[in-house]
Amino acid sequence: MALAKGAAAIAGIGQTEFSKDSGRSELQLASEAVRAALDDAGLTPADVDGLVTMTHDTNDEHALIRSVGIEQVRWTSRTPFGGGGSAALVEHAAAAVASGAADVVVVFRAFNERSGSRFGQPTGRALTPGLSWHLPYGLDTPAKMYALWYQRYMHQYGLTNEDFGRYTVVARKHAATNPNAWFYKRPITLEEHQNSRWIVEPILRLLDCCQESDGGVALVVTSAERAKDLRRPLVTIDGATQGSVINSDILFNYYDHDLARFPQAEYVARQLWGSTGLGPADIDAAMIYENFSPVVFYQLEAFGFCDHGEAKDFIADGNIELGGRLPVNTHGGLLGEAYIHGVNNIIEGVRQIRGSATNQVPDAQHVLCAVGHSAVVLGSGD
Amino acid sequence: MPRVIPPVPDRDDQYFWTGVEEGRLLARRCAHCSFLQHPPSPMCPKCGSVDWLIQELSGRGVVYSWIVSRHPSEAESSPRIVALVELEEGPRLVSNLQDVTVPAVVTGMPVELAFAEFDGVKLPQFRPVGGGS
Repeated sequence: MALAKGAAAIAGIGQTEFSKDSGRSELQLASEAVRAALDDAGLTPADVDGLVTMTHDTNDEHALIRSVGIEQVRWTSRTPFGGGGSAALVEHAAAAVASGAADVVVVFRAFNERSGSRFGQPTGRALTPGLSWHLPYGLDTPAKMYALWYQRYMHQYGLTNEDFGRYTVVARKHAATNPNAWFYKRPITLEEHQNSRWIVEPILRLLDCCQESDGGVALVVTSAERAKDLRRPLVTIDGATQGSVINSDILFNYYDHDLARFPQAEYVARQLWGSTGLGPADIDAAMIYENFSPVVFYQLEAFGFCDHGEAKDFIADGNIELGGRLPVNTHGGLLGEAYIHGVNNIIEGVRQIRGSATNQVPDAQHVLCAVGHSAVVLGSGD
Repeated sequence: MPRVIPPVPDRDDQYFWTGVEEGRLLARRCAHCSFLQHPPSPMCPKCGSVDWLIQELSGRGVVYSWIVSRHPSEAESSPRIVALVELEEGPRLVSNLQDVTVPAVVTGMPVELAFAEFDGVKLPQFRPVGGGS
């Protein structure tokens, strides 16, 4: 049984600007985002008693507590799997609130991922023994590691890179009308996508890859009951879960299953639809993690928005655009807005439920924020 | 030839790299239930045994998926083709394709083992069955 519906709510959201060179420390970015989220909720640092971030985050909890002025914390946890855990952050926080382990949990993620340590640069050595199966052969960047998975999908369902480009065009179209996006006012055409250089031939071009960004984001999670009395419209966490299955891996998902499928996301989908009583038809908008464009295709299929192999047509037919059947990444996603490890997608989901998004989906009642390996459904409390 | 990152063998996979040095492609088979596994884990996920036998693989398989691996920003004279090879015994193995260039690489193509050394690092490689293109 997954987390109970409506057990917790997101009462506040906060962020810094998203840039390519923040000019300040990651701890300062985290501190600013946390303060902004607390202000948004109408709470103070003294109200906070829980902190959740990713194992990848460099910010020490004690340093953040001291910087923000949080007085006492009785719950901390971290999620593994990098961006794959960005929705799990919300699950951790909601589980802490639902169990009584904490009352007000702040989720944070802050980094200088462009001006500091860049994820997309080649790894220099096999730091852990498991990497020996991959690094010596040239799989030394996330783009290459993931592309070996995506190529099988292209082969099985007859896609070309141009099909992936149709997603990027939509992401950049949404970003073009979002002032918070790095690519604000900079839409692209499919031709421009096809003219961008190969990163991993014949799968990924430059414009299929997420941005590298500096920035910080934060969420305030508390009980739905308490959130109702705070200053923002209620945004409930209607479902939240994770999906690790045998022989799965974040970077090297190669060794067992049909690589044209995403069994982790299918497991997550079964749990979410089961625990919420909702289905794909009930979702008004979806924020879908895309370190690279093909993973949107896998997830549209895994969550049942279309059949296996049909994401290509689902996207080409305009379903994921504003005004379409399922607007996807209305902020521009990690390609168009910024790469804040996927947590900026959760913030956009909250904005959609509140009715305060720049590219607002009319009367959005349920929003899916999916990362494949974890996902949440946000609701309006109805 | 691109820079090659050497493997870092540990207690669970030393047998594999010793085999590579000897020009043999090895995998572990559970001594109790005969489950053949690659990459290895210390415990058999099927029966819980920690006793393994070493088996030499035929080196024949098919290309399950593949990419062209370039540096993301630096020009390379000869980018490598990385392939996920599905071996005829069942397990999949990440390796490189030799003696073939991109237009001729096809998912499902039969390949066979051919060891090669780069930068002083010996690695199992694969080439099209019956010669390259």
